[in-house]
Amino acid sequence: MLERLYRSLYRIRRLEEAFARVYPTDKIKSPIHLSIGQEAVSVGVCAALRSDDVVFGTYRGHALYLAKGGDMKAMAAELYGKATGCTRGKGGSMHLISTDVGMMGASAVVGTTIANAIGYAYALQYQGRDTLVASFFGDGGSEEGVFAESLNFAALKSLPILFVCENNGYAIHTSQERRQGKPDICARARAYGIPAERIEHNDVLYLFERTRAVTAKIRAGSGPYFFEVMTYRWREHVGPNNDFHLGYRTEDEATPWIEADQVTRLGAMLLPERRRQIQEEVEAEVEAALTFAEESPEPEPAELYTDVL
Amino acid sequence: MSQSVMSAPVKRPVRPTPGERTLSYVDAIREATDQEMERDPSVLVFGLDVDDPKAIQGTTRGLLEKYGPSRVFGTPLSEDAMTGAAIGMALAGLRPIHVHIRMDFLMLAMNQLINVAAKSRYMYGGQVSVPLVVRSMIGKSWGQGAQHSQGLYSFFMHVPGLQVVAPTTPYDAKGCLIAAIRNDNPVLYVEHRILHFQNGPVPANAYTVTPGRARITAVGGDVTLVGISQMQSECLKARLYLEEVGIQAEVIDPIWLSPLDINTIAQSVEKTGRLLVVDNGWVCCGASAEIVTQVTERLQGHRPFRMRRMGFAPVTCPTAPNLERLYYPDGRTIAAAARDLVEETRTGWMPRERPELNSFVFKGPF
Repeated sequence: MLERLYRSLYRIRRLEEAFARVYPTDKIKSPIHLSIGQEAVSVGVCAALRSDDVVFGTYRGHALYLAKGGDMKAMAAELYGKATGCTRGKGGSMHLISTDVGMMGASAVVGTTIANAIGYAYALQYQGRDTLVASFFGDGGSEEGVFAESLNFAALKSLPILFVCENNGYAIHTSQERRQGKPDICARARAYGIPAERIEHNDVLYLFERTRAVTAKIRAGSGPYFFEVMTYRWREHVGPNNDFHLGYRTEDEATPWIEADQVTRLGAMLLPERRRQIQEEVEAEVEAALTFAEESPEPEPAELYTDVL
Repeated sequence: MSQSVMSAPVKRPVRPTPGERTLSYVDAIREATDQEMERDPSVLVFGLDVDDPKAIQGTTRGLLEKYGPSRVFGTPLSEDAMTGAAIGMALAGLRPIHVHIRMDFLMLAMNQLINVAAKSRYMYGGQVSVPLVVRSMIGKSWGQGAQHSQGLYSFFMHVPGLQVVAPTTPYDAKGCLIAAIRNDNPVLYVEHRILHFQNGPVPANAYTVTPGRARITAVGGDVTLVGISQMQSECLKARLYLEEVGIQAEVIDPIWLSPLDINTIAQSVEKTGRLLVVDNGWVCCGASAEIVTQVTERLQGHRPFRMRRMGFAPVTCPTAPNLERLYYPDGRTIAAAARDLVEETRTGWMPRERPELNSFVFKGPF
């Protein structure tokens, strides 16, 4: 399992770093909201899910798409605006989807997919299936009205859903403390009758273990559960760069998160030879994905009018 | 499905033939829902109060008892999340019907309707579809006022990826609802509280009224009246008033506002040379603007015609009955406008009211 987690983390990190490198060339025709630093949240949860479980995410969704098993080439091509992209050049970086692996979409409007996730969970319950839904959103999403409405319904119907609040501390450039009268998101989940726990330090191993335990209960009919996972975004809100020069946060604040980097941590837990082997495989995969994206054709003009209705 | 506009208007007569079964608009909706739920276990109906004793004016009566609370349920007062949930259900293969007892409440659900329901199929490259029906009712009279009376369907006509239907007869209420449920796209199904009380012929079997086809509800050669939602009833009254002064109006019910059957309307205007569109909403940027524009695009350069639009007064709906009467077009004001259009002058004519045409008076409370 260590190897699997490491590979998953490393794939996301290296692909996004490649995106950041390529970005100044304008080959990527899409705003990118990088997950670098936050990979552990998607990886820890998705590694504990079944392949037929379903996830909904956000515009910062590269990590979730890849962690759930989405095809790397199709994702890269999507960012390049190519016909081979996962939505054939219609959705871009912010609307990644891969229905065959249970990645059911992402919204560019904060909080929006929380409601879609509870509906999907209702359908699973109605259909008598033992699959479940994991709904990913940020600390900003917890301020939207739809968050409160969705948690209430999930509790009311005892839905098979895991809420994953990916708390990176900022909504664009505004800190949680400046937005929330009581910055305790778990308390709000508990107020609706949903058991909630905070996972500190972006800890991928602990998150994986907790997800495994909690999803077993959800599958057995315990109803919804809530994680607030503390994490940190290393790069700017949107784009490939750092943004400490803006002054809304400091490098000192970032340092402990970078020192506790889960990619480095898990890499150090592997035998060096095995780690190198995984790294080499991932580097080749990333390079192949970018080449595929670059060489793929643009969508045909007729694509403009397909799939409207 | 192609967006192209279909021709061949629906030819079904509006009056029952002898021996034909008659139902109310309410019962037609209830029967359509019942038949589809029986046919397809993926159909669910929910919304505020759908399972309460009043059962949404009776449109959901008996469904809870027959299909149980997992398929028929009242929701928390959470229009935003419940709309999002309906989309999530649709993504998972269900065919939800989400009911709103007033169209005004849809304003709480716009993010999900516009940003998700309308767009998912396209922005996800065809990987998903959202077979969702959103029923909503427009109120009128007995003090419905500012926030219980709005006909806001033009908002939804504006957005690619949504279909909009506003049936005006029990026959169409049933056939359009079944068509909407079987449709793989999100459909805004617009009811009108006053139309709920209509009675008319409704076949017992399940049938669909095809999207993108208008109905010519009365044939005439002097002026084309297009009446949307409850204004269809007022246009049919106007036609009778116009007969008093020797004017034969052709009346068209678009039924589906998106996709819109502009061919049927344009062909009628080609014949009459005069178009009066009467909307159950405001004129500015509304359905009437779209209809007139599309007819102009068809006919300009080969068939000159005169046109006019009518709709709600450009104010917020008042509650005092005398003010409210001035707010809405009615059979008489429509007839007066149509005569002026035909005679190309301000005649000052207003037909004397014929009480027998006001077969129904709504007395509330809701």
